[in-house]
Amino acid sequence: MSHAVTADSHGHAHDAHDHGPQGILKYIWSTDHKIIAMQYMFTGMIMALIGGFMAYVFRMQLAFPGQSVPGFGVVSPGEYNSLVTNHGSIMIFWVAMPVLIAAFGNYLIPLMTGADDMVFPRINRLSYQIFLISAILIIASLFVSGGGFGGAWTAYPPLSSMSEYSLTKLGSSMWLLAVALEFVAFLLGGINFIVTLMNARAPGMKAYDIPIVCWMIVIASILFMLSVGPLIAGAVMLLFDQMIGTGFFDPTRGGDPVLWQHLFWFFGHPEVYVVLLPAIGIVIEIIATFARKQLFGYKIILYTAIVTGILSFFVWAHHQFIAGIDPRMANVFTVTTLLISVPIAEMMFVTVATLYGGSIRFTTPMLWALAFVAEFLIGGVTGIFLGASGSDIYLHDTYFVLAHFHYTFFPIAIIGTFAGFTYWFPKMFGKMMNETLGKIHFWGTIISFNFIFIPLFFLGIGGQHRRIYNYENFPDLIAGQPLRVVATVAMLAMLAFQVVFFINLFSSLKSGKKAGNNPWKANTLEWTTTSPPPHGNWPQDEMPKVYRGPYEYSHPDRDEDYWPQNLPS
Amino acid sequence: MGDFILQRASSYAGDIDNLILLITVLVGVWFFLVEGMFFYLLWKFRAKDGQKGQYITGKEKHLKRWINIPHGIVLACDVVIIVFAINVWYNVKQSLPDAESTIRVIGQQWAWIFQQPGADNTLDTDDDIFTTDDLYVSNETTYHFHLVSRDVIHDFSVPVFRLKQDAIPGRSITGWFRPTQTGTFDVQCAEMCGIGHGVMSGRIHVQTAAEHSAWVAANSPAAGE
Repeated sequence: MSHAVTADSHGHAHDAHDHGPQGILKYIWSTDHKIIAMQYMFTGMIMALIGGFMAYVFRMQLAFPGQSVPGFGVVSPGEYNSLVTNHGSIMIFWVAMPVLIAAFGNYLIPLMTGADDMVFPRINRLSYQIFLISAILIIASLFVSGGGFGGAWTAYPPLSSMSEYSLTKLGSSMWLLAVALEFVAFLLGGINFIVTLMNARAPGMKAYDIPIVCWMIVIASILFMLSVGPLIAGAVMLLFDQMIGTGFFDPTRGGDPVLWQHLFWFFGHPEVYVVLLPAIGIVIEIIATFARKQLFGYKIILYTAIVTGILSFFVWAHHQFIAGIDPRMANVFTVTTLLISVPIAEMMFVTVATLYGGSIRFTTPMLWALAFVAEFLIGGVTGIFLGASGSDIYLHDTYFVLAHFHYTFFPIAIIGTFAGFTYWFPKMFGKMMNETLGKIHFWGTIISFNFIFIPLFFLGIGGQHRRIYNYENFPDLIAGQPLRVVATVAMLAMLAFQVVFFINLFSSLKSGKKAGNNPWKANTLEWTTTSPPPHGNWPQDEMPKVYRGPYEYSHPDRDEDYWPQNLPS
Repeated sequence: MGDFILQRASSYAGDIDNLILLITVLVGVWFFLVEGMFFYLLWKFRAKDGQKGQYITGKEKHLKRWINIPHGIVLACDVVIIVFAINVWYNVKQSLPDAESTIRVIGQQWAWIFQQPGADNTLDTDDDIFTTDDLYVSNETTYHFHLVSRDVIHDFSVPVFRLKQDAIPGRSITGWFRPTQTGTFDVQCAEMCGIGHGVMSGRIHVQTAAEHSAWVAANSPAAGE
């Protein structure tokens, strides 16, 4: 059944291609899932550089307050607020989301499930185009009169809803519109992922034969679709408050500012898992491949991901323990929040257990994948301090929170992305990346990352709150200045090491070793086609069929230590 | 967390620190166990020439217990943390010991206004004392505070007290604290409140009872005014 659908849509896709745009337009106006994936990937990388530059400016201000920052100038308090706000917004909505879900989802789902393209290729193209508009809008919002929005990425009203408080009338509205457009883009993309995985799989690929990363991206898309509704409703209300003077969040007119916080975090917490699950999926693919191991418990990972997704809808108010909600409610959310540690811990156990009995090769992608596990654990265990209401009273809104979520989001958005990018680079471009440069980049990034954020844990425990542009105003916090300098210097080092990545990227693209179809000797379907795959992914009469699960490594009945999914025996 | 990083100056600071310590120990054990196992496996099963990996699916019962037993212990640890966390939360936020004095804390862009009773020790009477950014309280006295905001959301945070509470416009939120150490400490605004958020700093002055009554007497508006 699914085979018939695939073959049919394949024919159409080829037609569209033959009469479609040529030359440079082919890359801008394409409906090919692989080109759209690259568009998302490289837009995300450019946005990451912009977000990184913002981090550079405000970390320089924190280490050397009041001094002119090279490449920016003296940072005013308003600019500081705008920088931290947009750094957060950009890194989550315009880096983590497009790269982990949209880029990897678009690239991998059709290739790994043996489909010739997404089920709705034009919706896919529309998704990227709306995303691009939202990216341009968020950048433009930084340059309008009054400056960019500075009310934190959580945008709590009344600060975000009333321009007499925020002093950024245009910036607030543009920020909000950009975020709303970005959601539209990912709703369109998410529909595609779900339908493609459900309907367009290769013949023979049963539910438990689907590579984990595809499951993860689809579960994440479902979580996103279910959680984003309340926030879009909230965004419309907030936009009305800003533009036409309604009072949904204005207490003087019967509104309630805390309502926004519920709408925001009802989305905001599942959002963490929306980006976490694809990253874990990528990491699991890589670890299974380079440990040459069957996954330890395929179903455990799948079911814990689903349980995590369901639980993630019942934890949102742990962001609001001290935000004026009824204190009795905190008890309920403490219980649900700590319970969510169980499936996540289980996922980590399974990942570690997969290494047992393996034959582990420490390639660059494997190093990134392993670093994800080692670093994400720190992010995971520090979350317990914040999910427990009693200790959150003290730690809420301190640098402890900041360090905690950077230990989750950095492994997700940066380490996970580099893992996936270096792993699938040979497939994407047909060339191998340089391993030596890759390892220099890896160790430089990982070591400096820890030197940035471990000091921030201690500053947070010492009572330093977030989003304050100059700690010299607080006598009790002046003693922490050396730690701030350490973090900033480490951040400069980390930025410098990214140059190595770009050198590696461009030199490998130009003169890297030819990759061949399956350089890593992996099992999943994307490695059965040419590198890079042609339009339509496989020649029309060679669409793959699936005979077994994706992780049959080191099978005792075979001489070779891998067993591709498409081999009949 | 501990006294050695930031001193404790309120009656419940120790409870919160102990909870943080308990969580540190529990998650610390897990953290080092998992990281230790992880690096051990990486070293033990590194690729060696001519050696194939083992074929282990994890489906067998005796293998599943490697996941199921830790699963159970994690759950048990969670329950312990939940019990202690809720206990601390209840004492700090949900229960309200009888007040010896009541003050009002008003957040606005970008200053703290403190309203406290004069010699009559009753709030909202003519002899109330208003101060900006400096709060004078008496040591070993249980205070109730009514926290309000005049514009946007602020957050009244006194790190040495381990006290933090958002101020929501349109609401008056009541909480409590009992200083246990004299001295002068930071008050921070912990919720982004606009351009001046970074300068919304206050100081809390914890005085001995005698000093405090002298301060009240010296600063009370003249009676009948």
